[in-house]
Amino acid sequence: MKILVAVKRVADANVKVRAKADGSDVDLANVKMAINPFCEIAVEEAVRLKEKGVATEIIAVSVGDKSVQEQIRTALALGADRGIQVDAPKDTQPLAISKLLKAIVEKESVDLVIVGKQSIDGDNNQTGQMLAALAGMSQATFASELIFEDGKASVTREVDGGLQTISLNLPAVVTADLRLNEPRYASLPNIMKAKKKPLDVLTPDDLGVSVAPTLITVKVEPPAERQAGVKVESVEQLIDKLKNEAKVI
Amino acid sequence: MSILVVAEHDNSTLKGATLNTVAAAKAIGGDITVLVAGANCADVAEAAAKVDGVSKVLAADNAAYEHQLAENISLLVAEIGKEFSHILAGATSNGKNIMPRVAALLDVAQISEIISVESADTFKRPIYAGNVIATIQSSDAIKVITVRGTAYDPVAAEGGSASVESVASVQDAGLSSFIKEELAVSDRPELTSAKVIIAGGRGMQNSESFKMLESVADKLGAAVGASRAAVDAGFVSNDMQVGQTGKIVAPDLYIAVGISGAIQHLAGMKDSKVIVAINKDEDAPIFQISDYGLVADLFEAMPELEQQL
Ligand SMILES: Cc1cc2nc3c(=O)[nH]c(=O)nc-3n(C[C@H](O)[C@H](O)[C@H](O)COP(=O)(O)OP(=O)(O)OC[C@H]3O[C@@H](n4cnc5c(N)ncnc54)[C@H](O)[C@@H]3O)c2cc1C
Ligand SMILES: Nc1ncnc2c1ncn2[C@@H]1O[C@H](COP(=O)(O)O)[C@@H](O)[C@H]1O
Repeated sequence: MKILVAVKRVADANVKVRAKADGSDVDLANVKMAINPFCEIAVEEAVRLKEKGVATEIIAVSVGDKSVQEQIRTALALGADRGIQVDAPKDTQPLAISKLLKAIVEKESVDLVIVGKQSIDGDNNQTGQMLAALAGMSQATFASELIFEDGKASVTREVDGGLQTISLNLPAVVTADLRLNEPRYASLPNIMKAKKKPLDVLTPDDLGVSVAPTLITVKVEPPAERQAGVKVESVEQLIDKLKNEAKVI
Repeated sequence: MSILVVAEHDNSTLKGATLNTVAAAKAIGGDITVLVAGANCADVAEAAAKVDGVSKVLAADNAAYEHQLAENISLLVAEIGKEFSHILAGATSNGKNIMPRVAALLDVAQISEIISVESADTFKRPIYAGNVIATIQSSDAIKVITVRGTAYDPVAAEGGSASVESVASVQDAGLSSFIKEELAVSDRPELTSAKVIIAGGRGMQNSESFKMLESVADKLGAAVGASRAAVDAGFVSNDMQVGQTGKIVAPDLYIAVGISGAIQHLAGMKDSKVIVAINKDEDAPIFQISDYGLVADLFEAMPELEQQL
């Protein structure tokens, strides 16, 4: 089984990103960049499937400018076999990204695609579902467990009410939720080895995809700020404030 | 403008999220049609017909739609939706599962979790875990949108008298099948619509101590939530997680107990009207956004709170 994992370069999860004062864009100057946490979980799942003998090859793909090669190398250090950078503007939108991924899925005859459930910068939560629709594949979003038997995938999903388990025909798209696994750290020897693994660069033209966006960001702004309130001294005082000042209980 | 709202339901009852979504549809303005796709869901279609502001209900009642499998429902929504200017669903796990697929089938973008309608083609939505609000303009012929429920007060569930029309088309992609569901059962209110929420974090130490929160919750008619750390540690189930990747809530009162206040947790609750934090670390970031902070050991404060309420 051939697996494609899609990894996105995003601002590190610990950074509180802000809007620029002129509202033109978010301020990413000097911000530490990382692999999207959900993508790291996607890579880990693929690597575990290879270790179990279920998967034969793992391809890691990222869409963006040259800087995304750093995140592809991270995926390679974690255990992916080879990488593909699709050289497109860094703010390419989910629909275009899913078209690019679809072209790669077809070119490489992929059996399973694992993506993150959500990128933590755009908070879109779209790419996996769009790819599945375009490629006519089955999908399981928000996966917390993935089992292969009899040529099908049985996936447990985290849904609003609890957990749901569905069975997917292959090829399929699975989007990884936080509790699918705990990603390993890349070891130094593996980081060194990753530098020698193949990394191809393709363009949207090579894949026959137009990446022109249909959404424009008119402006960005900070959310309404919350002021810190007061510290209370006791439970008694807390209850008094909630009853008589805030009037919420 | 003609707007299609995809109903959230469990085949027997219409879920509250639908009412918030209809409110967003009203903000766009135009004729509102609600699609109820399910199996043996006539009661839901009837309930949807009574919702304030709805002019028509389309009922697609077929076994293929029983479990809301994304492959089947998205084909149906895309087929029906091509006649509309906007297609809306709640940003629930179901809406998020289906709507991007619908958008891709229609070859248009999807706009996730809008919190405001600026005009028929321009919307606001949070990005970067709510640290930035983006205003987005779409040039697509059909706008496919999910709506953040907490941003819209629900419309009245009663008062409308829409016609109900049944949909003959059956879309069964045959790509996936339902195996089972383990849904949490609770007598407490649902997290996303509760007026009061009390949530516990890693500081709770184990699932046993969540009972303290439950007793307080019962006195306040509250729902119980949790941080990711509490869920990951197995203290409580995943459906209780509040945050960037869990549920987005905005109750009148949110009480955070033993929760530090990471960006990703705040993303899910910082629009609550009144926030209380109980934490033994006086420098915990949660205090920076709390209206009332109590620096205390939760194992002493919680029993006291329960007793005094
Ligand atoms: C991609 C991504 C997505 C995420 N999504 C979410 C999400 O949706 N929701 C979410 O919550 N988190 C999310 N997180 C995790 C988040 O970053 C934090 O790790 C998490 O919120 C921490 O949970 P916590 O506050 O319970 O634990 P901690 O940060 O460990 O805080 C525990 C707190 O309890 C206090 N405490 C300990 N003992 C006591 C006591 N006896 N009495 C009183 N106080 C006590 C401590 O002082 C401390 O402040 C996400 C992280 C990532 C990377
Ligand atoms: N530029 C990108 N390059 C590679 N993968 C991406 C990119 N954008 C999104 N993805 C994948 O799609 C998932 C969901 O992203 P999104 O739909 O943006 O929330 C991510 O976790 C990635 O796996």
